[in-house]
Amino acid sequence: MSVEIAPVQPIATVQRLDQPAARILMRRHHPRWWEALPWLAAVAFYFVFPDYLGFATALLVTILFALSLDLALGYAGIITLGHAAFFGAGAYTVGLLAFHGIWTEPITSLALAALAAAVIGFASGVVLLRTKGLTLLMLTLCTMALLQEAANMAHDYTGGFDGLPSLDIAPLFGLFEFNPLYADTQYLYTLAILLVCFIFIRTLVYSPFGQSLTGIRENLLRMHAVGAPVRRRLIICYTISAAIAGIAGGLWAQTNAYVNLSALDLDRAATVLIILILGGYGRLYGAFVGAAAYLALEHFLARIYPTAWQLGLGLLLVIVALYARKGLLGLGEVLWQRYFGRRAAT
Amino acid sequence: MIAGIDVASILLGGVAAGTVLFIVSVGLSVTMGLMGFVNLAHGAFAMFGGYIVVLAMNRAHFSFTVALALGFAATAALSVVLEQFLYRRLYRAGELDQVLLTIGLIFIFMAALTIAVGPQSQAMQLPPELGGQINLGFIQYRTYSVFLIAIGVVIVAGIWLAFERTRIGAQIRATVDNRRMAESLGINVDRLFTITFAFGSGMAALGGGLGAEFLGLDPQYALKYLVYFLIAVSVGGLGSVVGVYYASLLLGVLDFVLKLYLPKGGTIFIYVLTILLLLWRPQGLFGRKAT
Repeated sequence: MSVEIAPVQPIATVQRLDQPAARILMRRHHPRWWEALPWLAAVAFYFVFPDYLGFATALLVTILFALSLDLALGYAGIITLGHAAFFGAGAYTVGLLAFHGIWTEPITSLALAALAAAVIGFASGVVLLRTKGLTLLMLTLCTMALLQEAANMAHDYTGGFDGLPSLDIAPLFGLFEFNPLYADTQYLYTLAILLVCFIFIRTLVYSPFGQSLTGIRENLLRMHAVGAPVRRRLIICYTISAAIAGIAGGLWAQTNAYVNLSALDLDRAATVLIILILGGYGRLYGAFVGAAAYLALEHFLARIYPTAWQLGLGLLLVIVALYARKGLLGLGEVLWQRYFGRRAAT
Repeated sequence: MIAGIDVASILLGGVAAGTVLFIVSVGLSVTMGLMGFVNLAHGAFAMFGGYIVVLAMNRAHFSFTVALALGFAATAALSVVLEQFLYRRLYRAGELDQVLLTIGLIFIFMAALTIAVGPQSQAMQLPPELGGQINLGFIQYRTYSVFLIAIGVVIVAGIWLAFERTRIGAQIRATVDNRRMAESLGINVDRLFTITFAFGSGMAALGGGLGAEFLGLDPQYALKYLVYFLIAVSVGGLGSVVGVYYASLLLGVLDFVLKLYLPKGGTIFIYVLTILLLLWRPQGLFGRKAT
């Protein structure tokens, strides 16, 4: 049934667009100058620290994984403890194809990894997203544990507990070798994939679809009331999030040249959740800040004394949960407003 | 005849393991049902209690009973401190913050025990009167398993009576059903929760101590068995003591059977069954329908 809508006066439209609030809304999705900084830093890193590219590649993969979780958790508000299920699905797709010599071309392998993870994400999303709260938490956790047990049980194909070592990945575009000692190719390749995925996610969250996800997170009842297809949107979002997590897992397998059961671990799922919340969820760049802070701390503290790292991480989590629920970025925002906001107001 | 004895021994072993699972999980079920607090650190309380029990026996040479009482008291006291200073502030926060806080606590417990006691597994020495076999008339079985089952029956009966017959039990049931109404009637929900939380954590410690003999005890304990505790609670139903008891026994027997006949990947069935059951009844077997 169509509803007659009164034609809007053009003059009124112009006046409305002149309002400050309207201007902010219209410009919300425009790129800001500081958004180039992480990418410039990443390119600079390549030239300044050529010896640390292996570590930096791991960081980029973690950022991508955290971004995928941000889409589901930060934007759609799906609280999951089992996101490593999709990371592992992607990793094992790449790993199985390469180990058994079926397909080793890196970019198409990643596409297949995304597809496999998306299929699992869709199938589990259709079933699981009817529930919420503790039940949803348990169901995501059990799905992940189920996949891990399945990978463990299919020992003949997946290598079980030992995993699939020394994967043979074909050179990128037939030209650039993945050399385990010099991570140049891996680093630039991962950076490029991350950039593509990031632009996709950024476009998505500012699109009407992304806005409706935020609406679902903020006020589920009202979204039902205005007639939004809530469940369908959640399932689509979960599937996309799973596909990107699958790409992250595929990249992890390609750049490390191995896959093992740790890809599907509760540890991995908890870590990515911690990283995202540490950085700040629902704001895209939280994944960058969180991953950089976490991996840098882990890298330096764990080398001194692993138990101290665990203790420090625990204390950090407690502090974030109690005092900085919006993560490091939220904390930075508060400080920024305290020192610069006041000056602007006076 | 031989098959009958096999079935009996499998059942006894599974029920004994399930009993330990119940003793650990029952507190989690009640506190989650009462406050809706997702306390992932519950396993860490069990681990802490287990360490107290084992260390009290091995280093201070206390008797098993005294060590268990000590573990219960110490863990309950610690949990009250944590509840007052940390948990209380997040009652009204989202699940995500609660998950974060309690994962942080797990890490702190793990690191603290590694630093204080060491990363190695702690061996549990049972008192001699609980070692060996006992004749049950139809079967010879491990005395300790029979002892565990008996303790479990006593505990579930005790908690059930406390729930159904005492004033505080009635208050807990009222609060689980309708928190606002309970508060309006003048029930001090905060104090009620502190008491229940302390008791539940103490029970977890008891379970940690009783199960240390066959579950092992090392700093990874809090994470290793977390999924099992959560399954027992969510399958049994939040806030339902009897539900958690049945769910734990079921899980214990199932795990025992699968480990015996399908040593590789048998646990996959436990996850499948849990998923199916939670899809069928999101509130668990004995839980009330969510309002």
